Amino acid sequence: MRDAAIAESPWVRWLLIAIAVGFLALFLLLPLLAVFAQALSRGLGPYLSTFADADTQSAIRLTLLVAAIAVPLNLVFGIAAAWAIAKFSFPGKSLLVSLIDLPFSVSPVVSGLVYVLLFGAKGVLGPLMSDWDFKIIFAVPGIVLATVFVTFPFIARELIPLMQEQGSAEEEAALTLGASGLRTFLTVTLPNVRWALLYGVLLCNARAMGEFGAVSVVSGHIRGVTNTMPLHVEILYNEYDFVAAFAVASLLAGLALVTLVGKSVLEWRHGDELAAVRRH
Amino acid sequence: MTTRRLLLRAGAALGAPALLASVRAHVANAQAAKEVVLTNVSYDPTRELYRALSEAFARDWQASTGEKVVIRSSHGGSGSQARKVIDGLEADIVTLALAGDIDAIARESKRLPPDWQSRLPNNSSPYTSTIVFVVRKGNPKGIKDWNDLIKPGVSVMTPNPKTSGGARWNYLAAWAYELDRTKGDQAAARAFVSALYRNVPVLDSGARGTTTTFAQRGLGDVLINWENEAFLTLAEFGADKFEIVVPPFSILAEPPVALVDSVVDKRGTRKEAEAFLNYLYSPAAQKIIAHNYYRPLHPDQADPADIARFPKIRLVTVGDVFGGWSKAQPTHFGDGGVFDQIYKPGSAAR
Amino acid sequence: MSVAALVAPRAVFVKPSPLPGFGLTFGFALTYLSLIVLIPLAVLVWRASGLGLDGIWRVATEPRVLAALRTSFVTAALAALANAVFGVVVAWVLSRYSFPGRRLLDAVVDLPFALPTAVAGIALAALYAPNGWIGSLLAPFDIRIAYTPAGIFVALVFIGLPFVVRTVQPVLEDLDREVEEASATLGASRGQTVRRVVLPLLAPAILTGVALAFARAVGEYGSVIFIAGNMPFRSEIAPLLIVMRLEEFDYTGASAIATIMLAISFASLLAINALQAVSRRRLGHA
Repeated sequence: MRDAAIAESPWVRWLLIAIAVGFLALFLLLPLLAVFAQALSRGLGPYLSTFADADTQSAIRLTLLVAAIAVPLNLVFGIAAAWAIAKFSFPGKSLLVSLIDLPFSVSPVVSGLVYVLLFGAKGVLGPLMSDWDFKIIFAVPGIVLATVFVTFPFIARELIPLMQEQGSAEEEAALTLGASGLRTFLTVTLPNVRWALLYGVLLCNARAMGEFGAVSVVSGHIRGVTNTMPLHVEILYNEYDFVAAFAVASLLAGLALVTLVGKSVLEWRHGDELAAVRRH
Repeated sequence: MTTRRLLLRAGAALGAPALLASVRAHVANAQAAKEVVLTNVSYDPTRELYRALSEAFARDWQASTGEKVVIRSSHGGSGSQARKVIDGLEADIVTLALAGDIDAIARESKRLPPDWQSRLPNNSSPYTSTIVFVVRKGNPKGIKDWNDLIKPGVSVMTPNPKTSGGARWNYLAAWAYELDRTKGDQAAARAFVSALYRNVPVLDSGARGTTTTFAQRGLGDVLINWENEAFLTLAEFGADKFEIVVPPFSILAEPPVALVDSVVDKRGTRKEAEAFLNYLYSPAAQKIIAHNYYRPLHPDQADPADIARFPKIRLVTVGDVFGGWSKAQPTHFGDGGVFDQIYKPGSAAR
Repeated sequence: MSVAALVAPRAVFVKPSPLPGFGLTFGFALTYLSLIVLIPLAVLVWRASGLGLDGIWRVATEPRVLAALRTSFVTAALAALANAVFGVVVAWVLSRYSFPGRRLLDAVVDLPFALPTAVAGIALAALYAPNGWIGSLLAPFDIRIAYTPAGIFVALVFIGLPFVVRTVQPVLEDLDREVEEASATLGASRGQTVRRVVLPLLAPAILTGVALAFARAVGEYGSVIFIAGNMPFRSEIAPLLIVMRLEEFDYTGASAIATIMLAISFASLLAINALQAVSRRRLGHA
């Protein structure tokens, strides 16, 4: 505190800290704690045996597979969109940015519904799909599509403001020195945005693994086939197997914690680069 | 730079093997296509029943034909499960809570003929059930019969009949009770059902959600539920906490099963699917059915100890009272039907 | 902007630049955006348009739908307001004070971004049910949170908090403290400085955060259905009604409600972008 005149009195400060800590503890930490408490309520044995179950393992595998497809797709899109938007100037740019943000504020249920309307047996492309015998809805491709939709803006949103901020002087210099476009991108642009990129990938991945609403609409809920981890939590919950339900939930919560740690490490080490992203 | 190396190494250590394993598993799944996989789309409370039946059938089938069959089940609210089949979920067989939902599949998707229900014995219902009450130990509110449910201060748990098949049976049982008591007064029945829903604090989408809210979350005085679910609630949550109250009058619930013709013909699974549905009527299956608290079609084939658990109740059918599901469904549960009218603003239920 | 402008020759469409790759990246981004987002959403609107504009209006003004929309929007707005107050306090504390555990607290704020909504839903239901940790404390006072609209509110506060904190915090960190010093030198009390100088500067960021939290909360499904009682006219949210229409095989009705929600989300997004433009201008960013 540089000057008493621009600082609050100690009791105001401690009151504000108490309110902030109390609020976060009540609304954020307690639910997290509840997940682990419920999962371990019958001890470590029943908790661990959940993960020996074949259906649980297949749900974990499916979730990993879906994230492994959806995240790279959105990564490529995010880089392409950020390059076009940040390095060039064209009419309708702000509309394009708004459209990229759109999936973020669409209800997850609507995100699932649109694919049912498109690819369902009674949907627009439904007859075509059944002629080709290609299953999208109630199969893995539908789950991937719904996941790509809900995680669509995450990486682009992190990259666009940062690349706008950085301008294109460095790239232009590299080109003048004779570097190819791809080489310029790989050696100049990418190192400049790598932390923001990783940050976006972390958030995108967390959401991809945790999505419930959209995936629930397009999944057939068949154990061992189209059951992702969040859906498996619901199924176990509905089978009165609360310990197992919360055990799988705790795995997802653990994943969330890993994401938060990764994110915090990035922020502490590379706060300056990321600050540009946050400012927007 | 140490951070980056650390993160990269962690990523490689965690991500790559997991991804590899998942890809390998999916490839392995595809290669193991030697076995026949049937998909059974069923309703909420049959999870335990079909797990037992599927395993027993697979053993039988392999012993007699040498072929390996795996039956995968999907469970959820009966209406929402029917919607998924209509939207293209490839079910070889459907085993839903009520005929109305399979009628909807036949009507909307033409995947099975309209007369599907006459293809198997007993209206395609290898087992039946009924609707009973579950109360907290000692029955503190003194619930004995349907008219106890409309008393002020009694909190009643039942799912949403729009999405749950069991909830539709609950609703029709209450309606039939008042109709029987008043010798056919439809207006009285409607008032009775309205009063009942006035005592309902939560409408979960499926029978399982309602049971959880009642048993695990401690909400409500009485749970209206399938007889088989009631027994299971006592087994899962402890007979020292809950008891079953059997009303003297209830409805005969007939959950039907059917083959989805277009799917089994396309996938070439008709032989196995038909065999499984016929198996449900066999003595071995009837025994499993009774053991899982469903009333078997042939009680003489089941374990007498299991049969002794089923109390005698006067039961009416949907056909007798409501003229079948084809009439009951649109009148009571269709868009703008009686249930929707009960929940109109300013109506008695609010 | 017309379609013609989009497909116009590149030389006219994009300002000349020494950098390569516009055609490739723009083309890919637009194709991908169209395939994943725009075409599916267009199908939704087309499906609803079968009802005609008056038909959609009829669906929207059905009492049950109106009540569900009202529940969704009112609880989302209340939760966003609560987050505006507590979110600003949290952002203030995190960026201005140092105390033990500050970094931990800073990390925890993002939990709702990372935690799956279904997990949040069952955890909140377990906490606030009459026999849960918090629910049992409130039960003697006859206060019920789970299975009432208050339950929806709690879930939406959880979902929306990081949006407010994460938009206000960086602005607060960037704020030039000389302005506050000047205000103090001119004789303003600390309270006056905060009220008259700092808060107006923060206002665009707070509004943006609140709008983001609101937009996310209106459509929220996973965490809400576990803790809302789902009673028609009382605790039934609009996304649940969409699911219910689907289960009655009423695809057009589901599409109509979804289209209404979509229109509102797009409007709120445009509002957010406008607010951000104002915010940038005021703070002197490019």
